[in-house]
Amino acid sequence: MDFRLTKEEELKKQEFESFFESEMKNAPPEFGSGGLEGIYDTEAGFEFHQYMAAKLGEKGWLSMAWPRKYGGQEASIMEQVLFDEVRGYYNAPGVDAFAVGMFAPTLLAGATEAQKERLLPPIAKGEAFYCQGWSEPDAGSDLASLTTTAIREGDDYIVNGQKTWTTGAHRAEYMFLLARTDPESKRGKGLSVFHLRMDLPGVQVRPLLYMNGKHVYNEVFFSDVKIPAEDLIGVEGDGWALSRQTMNFERSGAGGFSGAKRYLEQLIDYTKHTTRNGQSLAKDPNARRKIAELFIGSEVGKSLAYKIAWMHQKGDFAGLITAASASKLYSTELAQKLANYATEIMGLYGQLEEDPHAPMQGSMTELYQMCKGATIFAGTNEIQRNLIAWTGLGLPRLKFK
Amino acid sequence: MDLDFNKEQEMLRKSVAEFLSKECPFDTVREIEDSATGYDKKIWQKMAKLGWMEIHVPEAYGGLGDPFVDMTIILEEMGKKALPSPFFSTVILSGLTLMEGGSEKQKKALLPKIAAGKLIMSLAQYEEEAGYLESAINLSAQPEGDDYLLNGTKMFALDANIADLLIVAARTPDGVTLFLVNPKTSGVFIQKMQTIGRDNNCVVTLENVKISKDDMIGSPGEGWQIIKKMTPKATVAKCAEMLGGCEVSIAMTATYAKERVQYGTPIGGFQAIQHYMADMRIAYDTSIYYLHKVAWMLDEGMDVTKEVSALKAQVNEQYKFITERAVQIHGGIGTTREFNIGLFYRRAKAFEYILGDTDYHQNKIADALGL
Repeated sequence: MDFRLTKEEELKKQEFESFFESEMKNAPPEFGSGGLEGIYDTEAGFEFHQYMAAKLGEKGWLSMAWPRKYGGQEASIMEQVLFDEVRGYYNAPGVDAFAVGMFAPTLLAGATEAQKERLLPPIAKGEAFYCQGWSEPDAGSDLASLTTTAIREGDDYIVNGQKTWTTGAHRAEYMFLLARTDPESKRGKGLSVFHLRMDLPGVQVRPLLYMNGKHVYNEVFFSDVKIPAEDLIGVEGDGWALSRQTMNFERSGAGGFSGAKRYLEQLIDYTKHTTRNGQSLAKDPNARRKIAELFIGSEVGKSLAYKIAWMHQKGDFAGLITAASASKLYSTELAQKLANYATEIMGLYGQLEEDPHAPMQGSMTELYQMCKGATIFAGTNEIQRNLIAWTGLGLPRLKFK
Repeated sequence: MDLDFNKEQEMLRKSVAEFLSKECPFDTVREIEDSATGYDKKIWQKMAKLGWMEIHVPEAYGGLGDPFVDMTIILEEMGKKALPSPFFSTVILSGLTLMEGGSEKQKKALLPKIAAGKLIMSLAQYEEEAGYLESAINLSAQPEGDDYLLNGTKMFALDANIADLLIVAARTPDGVTLFLVNPKTSGVFIQKMQTIGRDNNCVVTLENVKISKDDMIGSPGEGWQIIKKMTPKATVAKCAEMLGGCEVSIAMTATYAKERVQYGTPIGGFQAIQHYMADMRIAYDTSIYYLHKVAWMLDEGMDVTKEVSALKAQVNEQYKFITERAVQIHGGIGTTREFNIGLFYRRAKAFEYILGDTDYHQNKIADALGL
């Protein structure tokens, strides 16, 4: 048993550290405390996302995990985890969650050679930005019940229907779309994946403002949108299997835990420099207990992330499903706990958003709102619990009608 | 990075598990719990023959000098079987105290006996105030020529009722000092208390007990430093035992949920049960990965002040959470004496107190974070 990083890993980590530390100084005020709202809410925030993507592309860090054949680095899983960890700590944008995190793995798993050659390089260079066309008003957790259709007509597919909760659709140039190519099909059968230009005629994006007014999510409507057949990814009707392959199984969640750690450091600093009821907030028993609990959460969470890396390295894929679900669930609920405890510790100040009087620049009050999205998207935490019960504990799967 | 145990460690785990499955089924655990001695001498001697006591004792003192991580493996397995034994009080609390603070003469005399399973020891640290801090140690030890005269009462001394030798933390004019006390010395009175863990927590009363200064561990006033050095490993060892209990509680509950049929279907098919069980599994997984990391850090000699406290606070809470849900999922049967899950439900509460409850460790974390 050995938890030590190798010399090369230590060096890599230092390289990531110095890169993010220096580049994050270029963040515009509109980027705020980052997150999805930092990237998508304002023009300036998205420009910073693009700026960082180009920088990361130059370094080859957007294609770390890819085969060299497609311009990748074939970096070890540990190196990827370290990258996620450091980037999470600095809350840095630039790794497009949809292009780099989801669509590129989909392409690698199931696209034709021609599609890989055409679509992967712009992602690797940080030039292509995507949104994800999966969820629909009546297909949330139960994604397989989606009804948007893409019907073959000559050399095109004609798309009709609606997607929702589409993060960044108002900024992205492209969407990867999951639609029903066989209108008679049910559930997972008859679905296909497409690459779609958002400026095609018939695509309409409407904002779906978050409770705090931030523009992150959208509804996207399709009315006779014509997609050239060459943008069907892989084989028609294989979309469900392809999409499931690239769900979040390989994510360690390291960035979530290091991000929480950074906030915790700021919270500790705040309590040390704040006086309430005649004493330092750092001596308040309630504040101390809450901070200790958050410290424990970020510590054990980090162990979980590293364990995932280790399982990945060993090829323990059965263990990975449980562990990746656990990590998604644990990191998002830790973020909620962090936001709640921090705003409790702040007392009346805990209600301040981007206000000159706000502790920690209002980041905790913002997180208190934004974190609710994270326990719902990318597989609600209830779905993650089901997965753990089924794969990790062997309990009977639910029977669907 | 290598997060796996090596082959020898896996074999050790297997052999401990097999031995305890055979020698100490849950019915035996209940019998031992109900006995006055609170342990089974035959099992204890067999454990010694298998070499469990000598593993972490340095070679110079009759042990194997194996890494501390190996010790956590043994304790995890003991925890799975809810084994009642003086292993923790003797090998961990007392053995580590001697290793940290004993003179050459003391170590040479006592450690080989511990390693061979021929000595049962008890560390008497706590008193009526029941605090975990140095200031809670006030049993009086007055110098009298070459001796000390000990007066006062220790409480929650584990296995003092069966111990051949006690380590008593007392207060001399120089501060907290540790003494080796033979429990048969006149003026020593030992009374077992009735606890939720049905273990050997004892009250030890000392009335004008004369102890030679040769039986002091370390120097006068050094006692707290020695306890502080021993505590991190002992705490992690206890956490290992607790997590063994967590693991088996989850496994027993999953098996039960698959077998128990209500409304014509196994209750494990209900989402309410699945979500409880997923949370139990996460509570265990996050804790066990962290345990192994902290145990490894201890072997590497790293500073683990924050980490040990984070681990104990975490495991305290998660063991209670897991066993509470486990009994709930078992329903009525889970609350009975004959059913095994109750053994773990009670141990979760009993072990919470050993080497610091959650409040204590959360405070230590806050201190270590500079609050």
